[in-house]
Amino acid sequence: MTGAVALLRAIAADRAVPIAAVVILATALALAFGNSNGTVPNWLVPLVGKYLCYALLAVSIDLVWGYGGILSLGHGVFFGLGGYAIGMHMMRLIGPRGVYAHPVLPDFMVFLNWTELPWYWHGFQHFPFAAAMALLVPGVVALVFGFLAFRSRVTGVYLSIITQALTFATMLAFFRNDMGFGGNNGLTDFRDLLGFPVRSDGMRIALMLASAVALVLSLLGCRALVASRFGMVLVAVRDAESRVRFLGYRPEHYKLVALVISAMLAGLAGALYVPQVGIINPSEFAPANSIEAVVWVAVGGRGRLVGAVLGAVAVNAAKTWFTGALPELWLFALGLLFVLVTLFLPRGLLGLFTLRRSSIAATPAVRPA
Amino acid sequence: MNAARHEAALAQRLTPGSLLYLDGVTVTFDGFRALNALSLTLEPGEMRAVIGPNGAGKTTMMDVITGKTHPDSGIAMFDGLDLTRLDEPAIAEAGIGRKFQKPTVFDEHSVLGNILLALKNPRGPHRNLLFTLRGEERDRIDHVLSTVHLADARDRRAGELSHGQKQWLEIGMLLAQDPRLLLVDEPVAGMTDAESEETAALLVEINRNHTVLVVEHDMEFVRALDVRVTVLHEGSVLAEGSIDHVSADPRVVEVYLGR
Repeated sequence: MTGAVALLRAIAADRAVPIAAVVILATALALAFGNSNGTVPNWLVPLVGKYLCYALLAVSIDLVWGYGGILSLGHGVFFGLGGYAIGMHMMRLIGPRGVYAHPVLPDFMVFLNWTELPWYWHGFQHFPFAAAMALLVPGVVALVFGFLAFRSRVTGVYLSIITQALTFATMLAFFRNDMGFGGNNGLTDFRDLLGFPVRSDGMRIALMLASAVALVLSLLGCRALVASRFGMVLVAVRDAESRVRFLGYRPEHYKLVALVISAMLAGLAGALYVPQVGIINPSEFAPANSIEAVVWVAVGGRGRLVGAVLGAVAVNAAKTWFTGALPELWLFALGLLFVLVTLFLPRGLLGLFTLRRSSIAATPAVRPA
Repeated sequence: MNAARHEAALAQRLTPGSLLYLDGVTVTFDGFRALNALSLTLEPGEMRAVIGPNGAGKTTMMDVITGKTHPDSGIAMFDGLDLTRLDEPAIAEAGIGRKFQKPTVFDEHSVLGNILLALKNPRGPHRNLLFTLRGEERDRIDHVLSTVHLADARDRRAGELSHGQKQWLEIGMLLAQDPRLLLVDEPVAGMTDAESEETAALLVEINRNHTVLVVEHDMEFVRALDVRVTVLHEGSVLAEGSIDHVSADPRVVEVYLGR
């Protein structure tokens, strides 16, 4: 009971997160109502839904990077695995409506002359199972990876390089047809989810709203986490890992818990993302994707949670505009943006609004890792 | 393995009542002997000052005691525990606290936050997710903050404190941690004379309930502590006794005091 009160107090202490939560929910609801009475165009709904998923991915990265000092350049793995889990569920739901009309096997398996469903595809016809896997598989991968990396005291740039290797290796594995995940085509052609057609207007609105709710709950949860004594230890680990050991804490345990929670949030983001874009393929594991997500966090402002949301939405809105107007310039613009933010806005866009606390700018919290 | 354990058990029998027992501890870095068969015993409740020129092995000795460095040979025991087999968190949990030469506090946290992190209670992640302060812990924090003269600075960011205040904050963290043995590395480096005097009084106060091992260069400070002194030189003990006794030792004068 006192724990719950302390949690609520912790969430309320920093007003940025509750304010952001209200703004996100209000915007999502306004869009939903606007779309149902025709004032908001149909294409905008899944676009915003996508941004919300990216924002959730950015929040998950901020939890480990901004607070734990773990610069993961491989969060695309957790995002992609969450997406594949829900993708597998939707593949199983297609059933005999596929091109080859096989009652059980997805089209790509029939095409490969497979006669039986691989063991790891069993259970995915049930939504609760697939939803659980979207969280558990990224969580377990993070648990094993983090256990090995943190136990060996791999930190800093070495850890970042290993996370890049992890996402690259995952991409290569998923490209292989005999892995059983659709090879380079991935999973697509989804029909329905929870009994509703996945490409209907109502479903798009529902998914966008679900993404908003997931983002808001994750923000509030992360806020409570970083405000707890656990979060204080995590920040202490980020700034002076060896000192923490002499106080009797085991930094590797704290980093592991943070990484697993973060991976599950990224998996949730991927699971919400895939039904809205209608496809998941191995390019989601491309090393550049994971780096881009880290750039969002850096642009928005690291270590503030709200900064991650701001960065993800701002960069992706810019990307949407650029790739429409000046497609060949987008990557240059992204690179330039990162350089400028690193040089002139070490605390990100959020730093523009919080100049009063500029003394914090000189601390390790915002130094590039 | 068994032989070493037997040796350790033997050492414990040979030194009944000692809290810290180092015998023949040798540490070599790339051929350089940082510690050379160092032997040192601390009785429970004792305060000991360790002095010695740079490179005498003072910090390496603390590294061995806190598990940061594992010795090539020798025995390091703390109240029946073999320190050479434990890592830093385990040794901290067993009851050894350390203040570093360069004050290392958590800059991003408030003064209060630093004390809170050091406070003696469970260290596991799951125990700290829903952690709330109990009344007696609040009182304990207030007591620690006033002891180290930081009660008015409790909400300030630790990174904004002056050098001397950081030194005190780290001593305050040690108090909150409430270890049985405190290792204090150069507590008055960078302090004014008045601050040094207060720190000496503070350590004497702390020594009422804790065993303390303090490393210091400042001879005035060591004299003010008025405790048994161990002089280290080239990784082993050169002399031991009262400050007047070791100051009069011609070998000590030659390697340390005379310079």
